[in-house]
This record gives sequence, C-alpha cells and structure tokens, in this order.
Amino acid sequence: MKAAMKKAYLWLIFIFLYAPILVLVLFSFNTSKSRASWEGFSLKWYIELFQDRAIMTALGNTVLIAVVSALAAAVVGTIAAIGIYNLKGWRKNFIINVTYLPILNPDIVTGISMMILFIALSFPRGLASLIIAHITFGLPYVVISVLPKLAQLDPQIFDAALDLGATPREAYTKVILPQVLPGVFTGFLLAFTMSVDDFVVSFFVTGNGVENLAISIYSMARRGINPKINAVLTLLFAAVVAMMYLIQRRLRKSTADI
Amino acid sequence: MTQENQGKTSQEMIRLVDIHKEFEGETVLNRINLSIAKNEFVTLLGPSGCGKTTTLRIIGGFEHPTSGDVMFDGQRINDIPAYQRKVNTVFQRYALFPHLNVYENIAFGLHIAKKDSKEIKAKVKASLDLVDMPGFEKRPIRSLSGGQQQRVAIARAVVNEPKVLLLDEPLAALDLKMRKEMQLELKNMQKQLGITFVFVTHDQEEALTMSDTVVVMKGGIIQQIGSPINIYNEPENVFVADFIGESIILEGRFLEDCLVEFAGRTFPCVDKGFIPGQPVDVVIRPEDVDISADPAAAMLQATVTSVVFKGVHYEMLAETDQGQEWMIHSTTMAPPGQIIGMSLKPDNIHLMKKEVQGT
Repeated sequence: MKAAMKKAYLWLIFIFLYAPILVLVLFSFNTSKSRASWEGFSLKWYIELFQDRAIMTALGNTVLIAVVSALAAAVVGTIAAIGIYNLKGWRKNFIINVTYLPILNPDIVTGISMMILFIALSFPRGLASLIIAHITFGLPYVVISVLPKLAQLDPQIFDAALDLGATPREAYTKVILPQVLPGVFTGFLLAFTMSVDDFVVSFFVTGNGVENLAISIYSMARRGINPKINAVLTLLFAAVVAMMYLIQRRLRKSTADI
Repeated sequence: MTQENQGKTSQEMIRLVDIHKEFEGETVLNRINLSIAKNEFVTLLGPSGCGKTTTLRIIGGFEHPTSGDVMFDGQRINDIPAYQRKVNTVFQRYALFPHLNVYENIAFGLHIAKKDSKEIKAKVKASLDLVDMPGFEKRPIRSLSGGQQQRVAIARAVVNEPKVLLLDEPLAALDLKMRKEMQLELKNMQKQLGITFVFVTHDQEEALTMSDTVVVMKGGIIQQIGSPINIYNEPENVFVADFIGESIILEGRFLEDCLVEFAGRTFPCVDKGFIPGQPVDVVIRPEDVDISADPAAAMLQATVTSVVFKGVHYEMLAETDQGQEWMIHSTTMAPPGQIIGMSLKPDNIHLMKKEVQGT
C-alpha cells in the first residue's frame, strides 16, 4: 500500500512536469489549427515550418551562434581552467567563485548589463554582439567541467613530460589536454545547450533585426499562437533531450573511469 | 659534514655548490655541497622533510635553488630548463601517462626528440627487455600492476639514455618482497647501463644495500657522506648512528686519549682529541656487546629484562645496576631475570661530540 502510494506520488510529479510538453508535442501533429480538440495526425505544421523563411533564418542563427560561441567558450574556458588550476591559496578560490557567479546571476541582469556595455562601447548590436554574449555565459560551464578533470590528474605528470624533453607547451598539448578532453567536450555541450536555450540575454543584446529561434518564437507568439510554434518547440525540445542524453552519457562514462 | 667526496679521482658528473633553498621564507636546504661521480650509485637518505626530494628536484630542474650552483658535467646548469637537461626521473608514483599505452609511454621522449620510427621501435623493445617485460607494448597503463607500472616508469626513463637517472623513492609503494627484488635489479641495471643513479629513500636498509655512496640528510643539512660500511661503522654524529641501524646511546665523559668514562666505570677506547673532561655521547652497536655467563669477569653486569627472537639473532634488553637499558643482539640467549656480564672491545666504542639541542 505504502509502496503504491509512493509510486503514485512519483507519477504525479512526472505528469505535472511533463504533461504540458506532451500536449505541445501531441498538438504539433494535429491536423486542425485548434489547440483544444484532436482532429487527426498530420505533419503539415512541420512542412509549413520548413517553408517559413523567417523561422528558418532564426534557426540558422541559433545554430550558428551556438556552435561558434560554444567552440570559443571551450577554447578560452579550457585555458582559463588550466590557469586557475595552477593558482594557489585565496587567489584560486576567489577566481573560482568569480567564475561561478555568471551561472547564478539572473539572465535579466546579465542581459541588460551587457546591452548597456555594448551601447557604452558603441559596439554594433547584431550577430557579433550575440556571439560575444553567448561566449560569456557559456564560459563558466566549460571551466567547471574541465577543473575536476585537472584535479584528477597525477600532479607529477606535467613534470614527467618535461623530464622526457617536452617543452611546457608540448606538455600541455600532448599530455594534459588529451586527459582533460572529455571535460572540454562536456563543457562544450553544456555551453551549446545554454546558447540554444537562451532568450533573455539574446533579446537584450541583439539588434538590426537579427533574431535567434527563441526571439523569433516570442514575436510569433505575440501575434497569436500558430501550431507552427508547437512544431518548432517540439524540435527544440527533442534537440535539448538529445543533448542532455549525450552529456549524461559522458558524465556517466567519466565517473565510471575513476 | 665531511667533504671526503671531493678528493675522488673518478670523473665528476654532478656538483652541488652551496645550495640554499627557501620555500616561503622557510629554509629547506642549507648549504648543500655534494659531488657525484660518473657511474656512481648515490643515495640521499633521511627522514621525511629532510630535503632529500627537494635536492633531487633541483638536479632535475623542477625546483630552482634560492642560491648556489648546480654543475653538470662541468657546466653550470642553473638556468637550463628541466626539458633540456640530460637527466631522466623515475617519479614516486610513476607518473605514467594513462591515455597512452606502454609502448607510447616509453616512446614519448624519443618522439619528442624526433628520432626515426625504426630506431624508436628497437629502443622501446630493448628497454622493455631490460625491465623484464617483453611483449607488453600494446597494454594500457590501467591494466598493469604497481610493480609493472614501476618497471614501465624505469623503462620510459632509461630509454632516453640519460647520463644520470634520478629515482624518487621509486620502491616505496611496492610490497616487501617485490621491493627486495627491485633493489637488486636496479643495482644490476645501474652496472649494466653504466650511468649515474641518484636515489632518494627514507629506508636505511635500502640505502645500505644498493649504494656506492650514502648521503645522510636531516633538516636540510647533510649529516654525513660516505660508503655504506663507513656510514654504518663510523657514524659522525648521534643522529646518523641512531638513524642507520640500532644503537645504544649513552652519556659519557672523555678522560684522556683512548680512555672514556660511562656506565659508572672507565673503558679503553680508540678515540682521541677531545678535551679531557668533555662530555661526549657514547654510541655502541647492539651486536658489538659481548655477553658472558660469568658476570664477575666482565666489564659490566646487567639483568636481562626481555628477549625477542629475530631469526638470525636474539634481541635482548638488559638493565645495568645503574638503571641504564642496553639493547643487545646476540646469537646466544640468556633468559629474562638472569644476570649477565657485558664487555666491549675498544674499537666498538664510538665517541661523538655532544649534539647541541635543537639542531
């Protein structure tokens, strides 16, 4: 009896969490425009979606921004993590905490402060400002993925590489980097997901009519909900689930290694 | 602080001149002067924190002396970075590269040096044969036991044909039996390769077994440099006597050349040159105490308080009538409670200047 209650409770939570998404996915395949009644299966909203030039441009922007910013964050974040790893004492803790701050900082604060910064610098707002902003909030995810990998290394391994004649640069590229690469990749995936997902920061730092998917859906929704939106969101949801699956699998694999 | 090494005629490989090292204001090495010859097996021996590993890391180029010079093959190498020095190191916990297999680990240094692949292959094979692990090329590091990883670490270092091999407590993680085997193997390897070994350990037995020269260190200061026999038989101070093997250390007074007073009577000895009346430390090895069943004829009388069988000998504790406790190693056994006679030969009594407290 008790076990059954526990199970019911768990299912209740799942329903509460996932019912809205389920409805969304379901109605993206609905034949009619109605959001209340099911009138048969169809892919017509998906077809319309792919013919909608504005949405496809926004999708292209989202992917471009996510790939470029996640790659840049991976490179800069890995170098930063190595720097932090080599710090000692209070400096190390201070820099680590400063690095975590952007993760905890509300998006609205990040978004508006970056907008103000770009205006103050008279930096043209558009694709470039979006990419810079996304690198900024993606960076901490790379650092926090790479740091534990560095901490796991045998501290003498760097000396061992030097001992065998490797220059410090070779020691990093041939010995340290190959061993932290799983962490770099996890950080890349996290930064990529965060970038695809972002609306608030993007909304404030963009300009010149450059829209990513989140902004474009937002403006569509204001003109009334079109089932095309259901289709886009279903695809977005599927993409995020796929990414999460990849990240989880990597994390599981890396913990199994220890 | 003897400098007996300086008189050696054999060619000098490494010389440390007045090395001083501070970490955040704390002195860890104090005026280290050491000369290491070509093909010599030198062991830096001391308790943890004595500066032996720091000395090794200075030779390897991983630490830089606060002052003093590091000479290598006649050249000052203070400013030569670790990766350009002709030394290789076997690290304490091996520090193998886990993302590479055995072959790639051993070939690492040769690849960096851009040797051609045929040569690399032959050398890796030869070095695996040397450490008695033929055919292990393709094995991942994680699949190896501690002893095997140790061997790979040695192979990875010697394959580069260094002039000097540095070994930082390489046997500390192995079990006793394996450690004994590796001690002999390392000694043979050193002879076979004909290169200088600088070995760091806190295990005095290991140091005595393997070395040509032992450097005893404590508190960042070299206490004594000498051959194992010399270090064991002629310790220069109480610390060395106590650290190397077992010792009885008694307070005594120097009376005149070849005569000393301790344990309530005078003994003939072989030491000279102290000031008459000067307090001294008397060091006696437990195996140098001769015991007899005829107490009246002996120099001292004592009552046996405990006996432990140690295999080759018995370890006995005996208390003199003055209340001093003597440790005795002997092949003959006297049961607890028995009164025994103890005698000492003059050359088995070692006199040392009294240690100044706190050093």
